[in-house]
Amino acid sequence: MTSIGGFRWGETLARVVVIALLAFAIFGPLANLVLWAFAERWYFPHKFPQEIGFTYWARVFAPRGSALASLWTSVGIACLTVLVTLAVAIPAGYALARLKLPARTLILLVFLLPQAVPNLPVYVNIARVFYELRLNGTVTGVVLVHAAHGLVLAVWIASAAFAAVDASLEEAARNMGASAWRCWTTVTLPLALPGLIASAIFVFLESLDEFTGTYFVGVPDVTTMPLLMFNASMGGNYQIASITALLLLVPSIAFMLLVERFLKADVLAMIGR
Amino acid sequence: MAQTPVAAPYLHADAVSVSYGATRVLDRVSLTVARGELVALLGSSGCGKTTLLRSIAGFVVPTEGRIVVDGRDITRLPPEARGTAMMFQSYALWPHMNVAANIGYGLRMRGKPRDEIAKRVGEMLRLLQLEGYGERTIGALSGGQKQRVALGRALAVDPSVLLLDEPMSNLDYRVRLELRHELRALQQRVGITAIYVTHDREEALTLADRIAVIDAGRIAQLGTPDEVFHRPVSPFVAGFMGADNAIDVVRSGDAWSWPASAGPGGARARAHFRADRARLAPPGTDGGRGTLAIDGTVGQRVYLGTQYRYRIHAGADDFWVEDAERREEGAPVRALVPPEALLVFPAAA
Repeated sequence: MTSIGGFRWGETLARVVVIALLAFAIFGPLANLVLWAFAERWYFPHKFPQEIGFTYWARVFAPRGSALASLWTSVGIACLTVLVTLAVAIPAGYALARLKLPARTLILLVFLLPQAVPNLPVYVNIARVFYELRLNGTVTGVVLVHAAHGLVLAVWIASAAFAAVDASLEEAARNMGASAWRCWTTVTLPLALPGLIASAIFVFLESLDEFTGTYFVGVPDVTTMPLLMFNASMGGNYQIASITALLLLVPSIAFMLLVERFLKADVLAMIGR
Repeated sequence: MAQTPVAAPYLHADAVSVSYGATRVLDRVSLTVARGELVALLGSSGCGKTTLLRSIAGFVVPTEGRIVVDGRDITRLPPEARGTAMMFQSYALWPHMNVAANIGYGLRMRGKPRDEIAKRVGEMLRLLQLEGYGERTIGALSGGQKQRVALGRALAVDPSVLLLDEPMSNLDYRVRLELRHELRALQQRVGITAIYVTHDREEALTLADRIAVIDAGRIAQLGTPDEVFHRPVSPFVAGFMGADNAIDVVRSGDAWSWPASAGPGGARARAHFRADRARLAPPGTDGGRGTLAIDGTVGQRVYLGTQYRYRIHAGADDFWVEDAERREEGAPVRALVPPEALLVFPAAA
């Protein structure tokens, strides 16, 4: 494209500008978050905090602070959500990938449906039903809401992961004397595992971030990190909100790097097939 | 149909039919294989040869008929209870296991102790000249090595029948030639009963004790390579075995003559012959007693290395003849086919 010595200044400059704008759009708000997390005092005309320090961090990490408690609530709910989701997504994904279901595409679309309708009315109704079932304000209720939400992605990715396992590999196992179940545990599952782990990570992160459903079903008894963040920023407590937000970023970034390793091209190519 | 006498049948497919919906893929196919024999199922893609193999392996359940191996009816058994071992076209090696684990898998499923598995895997690696490859991952192997590992995996369990589904089709031509002889030598050394599915007639001819030519879900001919090659029972088998020149001839006296329309009104027939069994001569040459003479002109010329392959136009007929001499397009020639090279079938109704 560019010959030696024919360095195109215009093109390079344009690229630099575009990348810089993109970086600002992504990292600008994050920078503000970092500033707020360390600001002890920061009033209007000043462009930067007048005082910085760790006071609020100490408050968040205080042994009896509500922040740590809600962090563990969040992580606990996310783990349970992953278990519930995988318990459904693994058999469903396998069935969708292997068995010649006549309405395969239709079933996959049905799983998408909750995403298509507006969230709010769905959650309001769920809250009403859960209230009658005495599930409101319980961890079980919140886990169910999160699982319903995470199931879409989990089933799609799981079915792609199973579809990427060549059927002849399973036939070879059966042919070599493995029963249907041992074939599944020694060949199918290990080969689909990277994709399943990826879907588990997505569900975990979705659950960690979920706000609306938790708000309608969990409040006031179950307080997750996003709810704590919401309460803090509504109360004008930007420091606590920022620190919570930063804490939520850690697993997201860590897991995203992992997902990139687990989701291979052959699995991605099968999504939605 | 000429058939060599077969020793006590070890594997017996008895009138096996397979249908997918309304499509009948196999139509009452019967086949017997003696112990230690290698039978090739030869046919073009979609003829049902792989379906027959898969119904022996247990991946396809026949709609009718029985499959008996060593006196045991296995028709309804699940694949894992059959004791057959299949070598897949794609090899189907498990990428999450190393070479040794792939070869030892069948023994592991049979609950064999660890040291016995290790010993058997070692034997297999030696047999297949893969010593030192046990710890390799599947992805690090060449095509030929994968093929050997797949064979090792199948042989390790000492199967009742070895089923090979076009095992050479993914290999380079030269590797294929080499492995073909290796496979045959190995099969004879181990003395295993094998069924070999292929669409490659040369492969079937070199490897098999007997060949079953399959056409549209039926066995068109079953016989030794020599029988199938030299005495095909139908125009289809003749064409598939390389006698793909076909012209209409007519009976005149005790020989066949061409063109059929100019004959004295004797019986008409369709004659097949191989391109390399005919020769080209100047027009008017007398080929001798019984020789079929066809006058035509030279069409397309293809260089084969040792000789040329010519397309000959003769009236409404077109056929190929191989000849060492270089000829120009449009030149008049006479093609001579000796009587022993003619495979004559009754004219199609």
